[in-house]
Amino acid sequence: MRRETRLWLFGVAGAALAGLMGWAIAGLPSFGDFQGEYGRILNSVAEPERHVWNVVSAVTFDYRGLDTLGEELMLFAAVMGVALLLREARDEGERPEDAVRSDMIGAVGLGLVGPAVVVGLYVIAHGYLTAGGGFQGGVATASGLVLLYAAGRYSSYRAASPRALIDFAEGTGAGVYAAVGVAALVVGAAFLENVLGLGTTGTLAAGGTISLLNAATGLEVTAAVVLICHEFLEEVM
Amino acid sequence: MIPLQVVAIALVGLAGLAVVTARDPLRQAIVLGLFGLGLGVLFVVFQAPDVALSVLVASAVALPFILLTALAKLGGRDPG
Repeated sequence: MRRETRLWLFGVAGAALAGLMGWAIAGLPSFGDFQGEYGRILNSVAEPERHVWNVVSAVTFDYRGLDTLGEELMLFAAVMGVALLLREARDEGERPEDAVRSDMIGAVGLGLVGPAVVVGLYVIAHGYLTAGGGFQGGVATASGLVLLYAAGRYSSYRAASPRALIDFAEGTGAGVYAAVGVAALVVGAAFLENVLGLGTTGTLAAGGTISLLNAATGLEVTAAVVLICHEFLEEVM
Repeated sequence: MIPLQVVAIALVGLAGLAVVTARDPLRQAIVLGLFGLGLGVLFVVFQAPDVALSVLVASAVALPFILLTALAKLGGRDPG
């Protein structure tokens, strides 16, 4: 196609798209004017029913806990796929010396390892009190560990996250989530029903199974991200 | 809409433009991380901290990491 024809085509299509986008945006409800019934009901019942402040966590780990189980297993399967494809007959011997040469990057980066891991663990632990939860905190914790490689050397990163431990944590995280669901069946409730004591709102010992599922997700996601980084970095080492 | 929100939207728009106009893949991966950071700020000023955290870890941490390792595996700055 000639350049001129392309520009004409883009001009017409772009103008039509811009018009439709403008029309759609003009019809949006104004900010804060949410009309969804489900969200309004959850906002008013989640705290008295589940004793947690973060309604998002109450939805992901309780009201729609089954969806999160599916997402956990999807992540688990994806990570297993990466490991199966990349972790075969690899040379585990000598590695090139890859220590970061810049003192500045080393000092700042390694200084951030501790804070990043602590923030990640905090975001996991307080997932049902404030914003965050197992997924976000898990990736943050794992990224703190990956900083060991980015600002230090690969062997430090591997030493801080032994493969056996990471594999175990990955499976345990996914397994505990499903086990909590089955445990509810054992005591005669529905799958993943919140059967534990709900505790005092605003404390870490609140929310019943929400806290357990949140911790299991945090473990699973942390291990999954660390494992993916292992396998990808092995490829480029 | 408060001015801060307008600024955040404008920043995300500019960062998005910067991502698609960057020609060098390595540069593009870094700019994509900054775009994710901008999206995180956008969601914070729109009072959606949960979404902000999710978008931060996904598009400012995980995605650039995968792109950068892929670029390192390909060896050069330009995989052709």
